Parts: sequence; C-alpha cells; structure tokens
Amino acid sequence: MRLRQGQFSFLPDLTDDDIRTQAQYAIDNGWAVSVEYTDDPHPRNSYWEMWGHPMFDNPDAAAVVFEVNECRKEHGGKYIRVLAFDATAGWESIRMSFIVNRPAEEPGFRVVRQEVDGRSVRYTIESYAVREPEGQRYA
Amino acid sequence: MKDDAKTVTDAKKRYSAGVMKYAQMGYWEPDYEPKDTDIIALFRITPQDGVDEIEAAAAVAGESSTATWTVVWTDRLTACDKYRAKAYRVDPVPNSPGEFFAYIAYDLDLFEPGSIANLTASIIGNVFGFKPLKALRLEDMRLSTAYVKTFQGPATGIVVERERLNAYGRPLLGATVKPKLGLSGRNYGRVVYEALKGGLDFTKDDENINSQPFMHWRDRFLYCMEAVNRASAATGEVKGTYLNVTAATMEEMYERAEFAKSLGSVIIMIDLVIGYTAIQSMAKWARANDMILHLHRAGHSTYTRQRSHGVSFRVIAKWMRLSGVDHLHAGTVVGKLEGDPATTKGYYDIFREEYNPMALENGIFFDQDWASLNKMMPVASGGIHAGQMHQLLTYLGEDVVLQFGGGTIGHPHGIEAGATANRVALESMVFARNAGRDIWNEGEDILRDAAKTCTPLKQALDTWKDVTFDYASTDAPDFAPTPEVSA
Repeated sequence: MRLRQGQFSFLPDLTDDDIRTQAQYAIDNGWAVSVEYTDDPHPRNSYWEMWGHPMFDNPDAAAVVFEVNECRKEHGGKYIRVLAFDATAGWESIRMSFIVNRPAEEPGFRVVRQEVDGRSVRYTIESYAVREPEGQRYA
Repeated sequence: MKDDAKTVTDAKKRYSAGVMKYAQMGYWEPDYEPKDTDIIALFRITPQDGVDEIEAAAAVAGESSTATWTVVWTDRLTACDKYRAKAYRVDPVPNSPGEFFAYIAYDLDLFEPGSIANLTASIIGNVFGFKPLKALRLEDMRLSTAYVKTFQGPATGIVVERERLNAYGRPLLGATVKPKLGLSGRNYGRVVYEALKGGLDFTKDDENINSQPFMHWRDRFLYCMEAVNRASAATGEVKGTYLNVTAATMEEMYERAEFAKSLGSVIIMIDLVIGYTAIQSMAKWARANDMILHLHRAGHSTYTRQRSHGVSFRVIAKWMRLSGVDHLHAGTVVGKLEGDPATTKGYYDIFREEYNPMALENGIFFDQDWASLNKMMPVASGGIHAGQMHQLLTYLGEDVVLQFGGGTIGHPHGIEAGATANRVALESMVFARNAGRDIWNEGEDILRDAAKTCTPLKQALDTWKDVTFDYASTDAPDFAPTPEVSA
C-alpha cells in the first residue's frame, strides 16, 4: 500500500526541488516549516518525532531541503514529513503537511473487528509495522 | 421630513385610542445612531402602490418588535422607547424602481440569549405577511458582539476539524452516494468504500436518506462504518461518512447520533428542515461528543432564491454559524446550482473569516465581528467535476469541501477511479498554485500534465470536458464592484 496522508500523496514522489518550492510557499506566507519522522504511521498518530524545532526565522527553503536530507541520513527507512505552522490568531495550527520520504516497503494497516452487541462492531486500525518494537519496524 | 412621518411626542396624543401611522408611533427615527450592542436588520421592502416607503419601513420595524395595528395604553407600563425597533435609514435600491433598503435597529434586550428561534420569531415572524408590503426580503444582519457571544458557535470549527482528520493544505473531497434513494445498506456501503479508498475524505448521505423501507438507518450506519474503516486501513487516512441523523423527533435523532458515535464515526449530518431549535440541540450534542456536524441546506431555496421576497442565504449562513454547525453547503459558482461569484464570495467570507468588513459588491452590508466563534467549513456540491479544479480552487480557496457526486460515481471506470481522478486533480492544482503557477490560465494544462501519470484523471477529463452550467443568476448583488452608494 501507499500511505496517503499529507497533501500530495497521490502525486509522484516529490523531488528535492519540489520540496523547496512548497516549503518556500509556506515561508512566504509567514509559516514556520518543520521536519518530522516516524515509524508509526497510524492516521491518528499526531506526534511524529521532531527533527529539531520548527524553523521560525528561516527565510530560505534550501535550509528545509538540507534538513530533510540530514533527517534522511538517519531515518531514511522511515516516513518523513514536512509541516508548516501558522501562528496567526484564529488558526494557530498546521497549514501544510506533506510526506517527503517513505520506507521501501509499506506493509499498511489491518482492520481489527471486535464483534459486540447486536450487529455492532468496534473497529481498530493497526499498522502491521508496529508489531515490531520501535527502531525495528522497517528495513 | 413629512409631518406624518414625525414621531408624536405629546404623550396624550400619542397614546389616545385609535390607529396611527407607524412612523408617528416612533418606529422611524432618522437621527438614530445604532448602539454597538444593537442588532441591525437590513430589509428590502417593496411597498404596495401608494404606500410611502418611510411608513412601510416603520411598519416593518413596528411589526417585528412591539407594535400592533392600533395604539395600546399598556405601552406606557414599559420602557417602550427602548423596545421599539427603529427604522433609521431608507435608500432606494439601485436600478430597481419601487424597492427600498430599510435599515432597522433592535435593542439587545428584545432577544433571548442564544436562541435563533427567538430571533427569527421577531425578525421574520408576522412581518413577512404584512399586507401593506408587496414583498419583503431580509438581506443582511449586523449581529452585535454582545449577542454573538451568547451562542456556542460551530461545534468543531475548521481548524479542529482539520486536526482531527489529519488533513491540511488542500480542500477536502467528498461525494454524495447516488442514487440517493433505493440502495440497500450493503450496496450503499460499497459506494462509500470505493469512493473513500479511491481518495475522498468523506462520503455523504443525501438529504432525504433517513430510514426508508429499502434501507433502515441502522443498516446504513453499520455498512457505512465497515466501509469507512476498510478504506482507512487501505489508505492510512482518517475517513468519514456523513451519517444523516435527520428524523421526526429529537429523541430519534439523539438515538441515531449516539449509534453513529458508538460505531466510531467522526461526523454526522442533519438537514436544515429540522428547524432552528433542533439544529442548535444537535450542535450542543456534537460539541459534547467530539462530533463534526454537517448541515445540508435542504429547503433553503424556497425562501432564499428570489430577490424580492424571503431571506437571503447570507443571513441563513450567519444564523447557522451562531447555531453551531460545522459544515454547510454554500454554492460552487461553476456547478449546476444557483450562485454568482460575487454573492458566493460573500457567503464564504461569512463562513470562514474572523471579521467581515462591509462589502456591498459581495452583498455584505455591515461590518461583522465573529468574536472568535469557530469557522464553518463551506461545502461546494452540485454539478462539479475534476476538469473545473482550477476554477474551484480560485473561487473557493482551500478551506472547503468539494463534493463530486456524479463526478465521482459517474466515472466511466468506476467509483474508485472517479475518486482518484478528483484527488489527483486537486493535489496537482494545489501543488501548482503553491509553486507559483497561474492556475486560472494554465489550469487545463496542469490537469493534462497530471493526467499523463493518472489514467483515471485522463478519463474524467475526456468524459466531462464540455460540461458547464452557464445560466444567468437570479440573485446577484445590487451594487457594482465600485459601489456608488456610500454606507
């Protein structure tokens, strides 16, 4: 499977130049760009590991591409995403999110059904990868 | 000013039994300066032949506040000057002989806090059937901060909805399941599964899918949630389907909403026809149960569409933001349903902005501060398809749900292909916009390029390339982009 989170996951993988133009769009809007990685891609895993703080005072998207590549050196077998944070009153949350790195194999998720009263079912989505401990989940 | 439009100030004359003009009774005050706490209504009035517009405006003020048809002495037991609504300005409508804009101010104490039912009972109560008027339309309202703060506002709001869905930086995508009537629960869930797996964020029940012989509501909910969870596992995304809980009684709606919650749905849906009080009740329930609340505006065109009579949709939008729904349909500009670009922009601004400055060219007559009420997500649906993506993104922006019903399910290679075509078109257009391309002029090229690596998009573009809905609008702003009438 292909993890479809983020705003560009139905497009071909982004090149470094693509990452730069998108990060520059965020910077030009006054948003702080951040790099995060994880080996637990559950759709409700809000807290991927931070590759440093959001880059609050960085005017140049080349620095974002640099950090993405530094992150890849250590976590190239995991998911890496780029986020943009908007501190404007009334928003104060994420404006952009896109995946820039994937594991070579994406085993995906299984649906666990607990059949309960009547015909009701309690559903759980579980990543196949998280059956292994952290750090051993992808090749 | 004509003498018969002046307030009679001699108390003995003012309160002697009999009939008196509304303007003389004190409902016309041309010198009145609205207070910051006042609620202001702007009506389009069309007086009967021979009825003076000032008297007509005063009559509207009177009939929507304290007046009855004759003088009553019991007024004198009250602070009646305060409770009388005050018409304070009447302007001719540009290019519309016989029509006038009447501005009427209402004291805050005329209204129960936090009740749309109470507000509407006054503002659109008896007065719309008033004989001296040929027609009456409520065009806009200024809701004072003091009044706005008595409402909950959207249960979830755009920002938190995005956080819950883990979906940022692009419009959300949806589709209404079709055919809207007749599918069994099992077949219905198939459409949901295919569409969500293909790339949509949401699918949607239609407004009249409740609990009919061909599919009772529990069956629908159970099959839909199986589909939602399967699609979520297939894509790694949070998915939702608007489970319509509209029913005959509040008790039944709560029962359906509770069942949706127990199955793990992120969103439920109601129809406008359930009424203002029921909408507010469901909004409170949604806030208390972490549920996104979608409102389908079923029925609104019966009173929003004609320019001379009824209630403008921009007023309905304001009432719904107060009431506390998270999603509301607001037009597509380019699709099959009513809506010109300027008017639709006005609606979208009411949904999504913290503050609306007066913008006559968009039909917005007042500055409106939303006082930190959550933002509502506009929903665009009705006759839109992937080939219009550059127009949709330009007109409607990023915080919107684009719903392609026929444009997903009608895809020649199936529902999943239709969904993928829409998602790829969307992502490629957002990407191009962010990269600095002129999507308005280059949109078709951008889509063609994206279709080179996405066969479903190519098929969609080929199928619907010539489909447009280019009809004159029945409800456009009265003022040109450079307004000649100052305010």
